[in-house]
Amino acid sequence: MTDNAIHAQGLTKRFGALVAVNSVNLDVPRACVYGFLGPNGSGKSTTIRMLCGLLTPSEGEIDVLGLRIPEQAEALKRRIGYMTQKFSLFDDLSVRQNLEFLATVQGMSRHATRARVDELLQRYRLDDRQQQLAGTMSGGQKQRLALAGAIVHKPELLFLDEPTSAVDPESRRDFWEKLFELADAGTTILVSTHYMDEAERCHRLAILDTGNLVADGTPKELTDTLRGRTFVIRASSPRQAKAALDERPDVLSVAQIGNELRVLMREDNVTVETLRHALSEVDAAMDVESVAPNLEDVFVAATRKLARPEEQAA
Amino acid sequence: MNLRRLWAIMVKELRQMRRDRVTLAMIMGMPILQLLLFGYAINLNLRNLPAAVVDQAQTAGSRAAVQDMLASGVIELKASAQSPQQLVDLLREGRISVGLAVPPDFERRKLDGREAIQVMVDGSDNVVQSAAAQLALYPLNQPDNFHARAQTPISVVSFYNPERRSPVNIVPGLIGVILTMTMVLFTAVAIVRETERGNMELLITTPVSRTELMIGKVLPYAAIGLVQTTVVLLLGVWLFRVPIRGSLWDVYLASGLLILANLSLGLLISTRARSQFQAMQMTFFVFLPSILLSGFMFPYAGMPLPAQWISEALPLTHFMRLIRGIMLRGADLGDLWHDALALLAFIAVMLTLAIRLFHKRLD
Repeated sequence: MTDNAIHAQGLTKRFGALVAVNSVNLDVPRACVYGFLGPNGSGKSTTIRMLCGLLTPSEGEIDVLGLRIPEQAEALKRRIGYMTQKFSLFDDLSVRQNLEFLATVQGMSRHATRARVDELLQRYRLDDRQQQLAGTMSGGQKQRLALAGAIVHKPELLFLDEPTSAVDPESRRDFWEKLFELADAGTTILVSTHYMDEAERCHRLAILDTGNLVADGTPKELTDTLRGRTFVIRASSPRQAKAALDERPDVLSVAQIGNELRVLMREDNVTVETLRHALSEVDAAMDVESVAPNLEDVFVAATRKLARPEEQAA
Repeated sequence: MNLRRLWAIMVKELRQMRRDRVTLAMIMGMPILQLLLFGYAINLNLRNLPAAVVDQAQTAGSRAAVQDMLASGVIELKASAQSPQQLVDLLREGRISVGLAVPPDFERRKLDGREAIQVMVDGSDNVVQSAAAQLALYPLNQPDNFHARAQTPISVVSFYNPERRSPVNIVPGLIGVILTMTMVLFTAVAIVRETERGNMELLITTPVSRTELMIGKVLPYAAIGLVQTTVVLLLGVWLFRVPIRGSLWDVYLASGLLILANLSLGLLISTRARSQFQAMQMTFFVFLPSILLSGFMFPYAGMPLPAQWISEALPLTHFMRLIRGIMLRGADLGDLWHDALALLAFIAVMLTLAIRLFHKRLD
């Protein structure tokens, strides 16, 4: 357990009658980029807040960096960085003032603060904007500033709550490169997201759905479990084909992507031929192809697994 | 408590304040505006009340009595009337506030020792009523004896404010009113704003302690409170010739106590308010009784007992006693130690509650 940065057992959080997080078990290895994948309201933020000691769990045990949380939360706060979902630096302070404030609050000396802030401004390409007010910057710039602010004291563990939800794709790529730089330097990173492409970049990830942890592992492990169950169908009338597929009990989900249908089967006992044959009545000219499963399939499979059969039909 | 961290929070607060024009305008504008309003517009010592006289006696004595009353300056002849009935009409129409009626048998009544003049007052205004009551004290009994006036059995000597000018009473208290209004609101809003903008979630995941956060946020406002005190004092002395008979050091010490009391109250409000608007509402909940019950507008001694209890719980009440004592009566803080002690106790209780109720948690 010592090589895990985070270990949580039976983690549960209830807000009144609502169960936001339901009995989650979690192990995050050190120096790893660990993803939390889930839709809005799946309990990602609540879990992160419990792990850094901001919320008291209703049940369960948490061990972060060898500290018992929430009891030893104050000691933990010196060793973690936290980037909130909403931009939480001060809009009415300049870029440099924000970073200097955070460095000082983290207990860094005047000399160390100056050197560290200079380094971060340069590394995150903010040095030509250091006098600009944070509130007037673009989404991507704010996000780089927030990351710089979260790591100003070189934390061992970094929590990022949907860090890229308000930025363009270019900034997102750039941001993820920064994250891997940090992980290479030994920082453990826990990042929540609802983007599949971001989840694919993580070393390991956990899929959360309505407060339950429904799957976890490396992206490859997760997609491997669905081998042989995913197909792409090109049809001249995809809507009709989809209607036909939806009626089949062995089909878990059908999603239309342009002119293609992406089909996820319940079992891996279906071949291209059987599927093509089954659909020939609807559209003789359709083309069926077996494809490698991706994380979206994993997500669909994991979240549908929870639902009861009658809900699946609906 | 880490001093560098405390300093960082204070500097941050001041920098944010410098960019907040509305707050800046309130810091300086509020004391000046209120001082001018209370100093010039509000005058509780009424003079020149519009009046009318009906003299049905028309004797030398009656004319002299009416002239004496007019000479007091409390009333000013504004309308003429022929009968007491006309006086009543004028009163009802609101054209006069006071009517003097001298009956035809004025001399006879005076000799008999009965009421010789009737003063009719517009009782719908409390202040006018009490001002006019002074007229009733007029010595009519010995109008011919010039020396008699000096021999009225009871004499009132106004200590500390011989000219009975309102600003002298109002300006010292105004320091307290302005500090109560701005200090409570500023701190309450300053913290709730951080919560609203999401800054608080960031701050509480840092090693900043509750005490550092609270004190660091409050101290810059304490400095502003002292600036406001100085503005009111300077303008009060310069525009209204308000005396400072006690030591200036004591004036600032008393103001400092009130500032801290209000700031800790603001902190307490901030731990409960969810939005800046709520913080404002809660502030007014405290501000209104402070104005009405502290003795600033109405004397403490005249309040019913429950009102006096509430009054004792308000920091402004104790400050009012302190500052009037120091500035007008030349007392020092030692003479008024129990009010100073009451303020200290208030600060201790509020600050402890605020720090207890503030959690570095979201739930």
